[in-house]
Amino acid sequence: MPVVLEHLGKRFGDGAPVLDDVNANIGKGEFVALLGASGCGKSTLLNIMAGLEAPTSGALEVPSDGAAFMFQDAALFPWLTARENIELALKLRGVGKAERKAKAQDLLELVHLGAAGDKRPHELSGGMRQRVALARSLAQDRQLLLMDEPFAALDAITRDLLHDELERIWKETGRTIVFVTHNVREAVRLGQRVLLLSSRPGRVVQEWDVTEEHRTDAGLAGQLTGVITARLREEIRRHAK
Amino acid sequence: MPSNQIPLAEAPAEPTETRHVHAALTRTSTGKEDLRELESGLDSLQSDADRKHRIDWSRVLLPIAALVVLVLAWQFYVSLGVKRRDLVPGPMDVVTQMGVLWNEGKLQEAVWTSMQRGLVGFVISVAIATPVGLLLAQVAPLRRAFGPLISGLQVLPSVAWVPAAIIWFGLTDATVYFVVFMGAIPSIINGLISGVDQIPPQYRRVGTVLGASRLEMALQIILPAALPGYLGGLKQGWAFSWRSLMAAEIIAVGGTIGFGLGSLLDQGRILSDMTVVMSAILLILAVGILIELLVFAPIEKRLLRSRGLLSGSTR
Repeated sequence: MPVVLEHLGKRFGDGAPVLDDVNANIGKGEFVALLGASGCGKSTLLNIMAGLEAPTSGALEVPSDGAAFMFQDAALFPWLTARENIELALKLRGVGKAERKAKAQDLLELVHLGAAGDKRPHELSGGMRQRVALARSLAQDRQLLLMDEPFAALDAITRDLLHDELERIWKETGRTIVFVTHNVREAVRLGQRVLLLSSRPGRVVQEWDVTEEHRTDAGLAGQLTGVITARLREEIRRHAK
Repeated sequence: MPSNQIPLAEAPAEPTETRHVHAALTRTSTGKEDLRELESGLDSLQSDADRKHRIDWSRVLLPIAALVVLVLAWQFYVSLGVKRRDLVPGPMDVVTQMGVLWNEGKLQEAVWTSMQRGLVGFVISVAIATPVGLLLAQVAPLRRAFGPLISGLQVLPSVAWVPAAIIWFGLTDATVYFVVFMGAIPSIINGLISGVDQIPPQYRRVGTVLGASRLEMALQIILPAALPGYLGGLKQGWAFSWRSLMAAEIIAVGGTIGFGLGSLLDQGRILSDMTVVMSAILLILAVGILIELLVFAPIEKRLLRSRGLLSGSTR
């Protein structure tokens, strides 16, 4: 199991806990969607898995080489071209100069940006930037890939396309992906498993398997989306005053 | 979604057909090549066409026109004869005096001496201030300890160091360089620190996630990200070193200190020759403008353009 979370808790200072008793197991090569409303600590949980923040209680097990991370905004470095952004990730990983060049080109091809490598981030569209960011996170060559609402800021057409793209790349590379989202349809579309986090404090309240039937049968998928949405709204309603 | 279930229930005769159609609606069942084509189509729709950069003549002509207007106004004021000609010389008097200084070789000597000192002093200041600035910006206790002092030094006019420098180093080049350093170094350090402060926190997080060490973080991420602010600091550092140099040259004259623009200015004052004074002032100004136009402006423009920060600016 690449990722094991046991009774994980997190609070900032003396405030109310953001995460409380989070338990989850994520298998190798699995695609897990982490779903929750705003303020459920999804991003905090992801940051803890990435080692950017420390939990205040509980234990977690992540791969020893760490995790690749993809942010909501592409967070590309504006002083580097698309290719150089990817090469920097390879360089910081310790890949030699000659190999870097070939690898960066391969990764650009993988996200269908082979011809746009020499463009600067500001010359790329939002979808292209996010693909470069995806290529950069793949350049890290970690088994575990954490994604923090990476498509939330994109238009619907681009997002649909990137869903296909991500699914293809996941199948080609065999990564373990934890994908944080607040979009139920996106969670069902991408995840093999959907974990629902409650809000304040965040806790895994329910999980659903998305089977192969859901992938081929829109009716079944719609049904599941409905069920999850209902459960999510129930969670949100608990906070009504 | 409940609405998706309705067709399934209502059309039992050909369920597979219906299912297939709806599946295609929710899941874009695209093949590999199809996806590539779709993406490249969307990419070209969403990217701007490349724009060509042409020479904009208004950039050249407008400053020249402004200069002409100012010189004409100056000539007009002089021709009114409000003040005595030896107190307020006209543009032609000053140009004539410059010609005389040129023939004597004094003009070239003064400009060359000052520029050489200014540039050498500036380059050494950059070499000292850059690592110090990075260190202060990255190490919190150091910053808290020395930050106020550095800001204070920037406020302190570096001319104030001239008497001390003369006592320590006598009338030598060391005095001039010392004053230049005290002017330029704090200003470059402050520019770099404020450039680092303005880096979006996301860049550091990306650096951490990518596994950058402290040194790699400083050199590969912090320094390039802070470059616009750093360049601002360099510009200001140059201005401060040029000003400090002039002040030092005006005050410290003689000894082994060579003949610079400040010395020329002071000589004009001693001789009560206003044309020499005006020539020196205009030359000091001209060097400043030249360095800005030929060195800093192109670098800054390139930097901003490559980061997409130039559109909509009045530069």
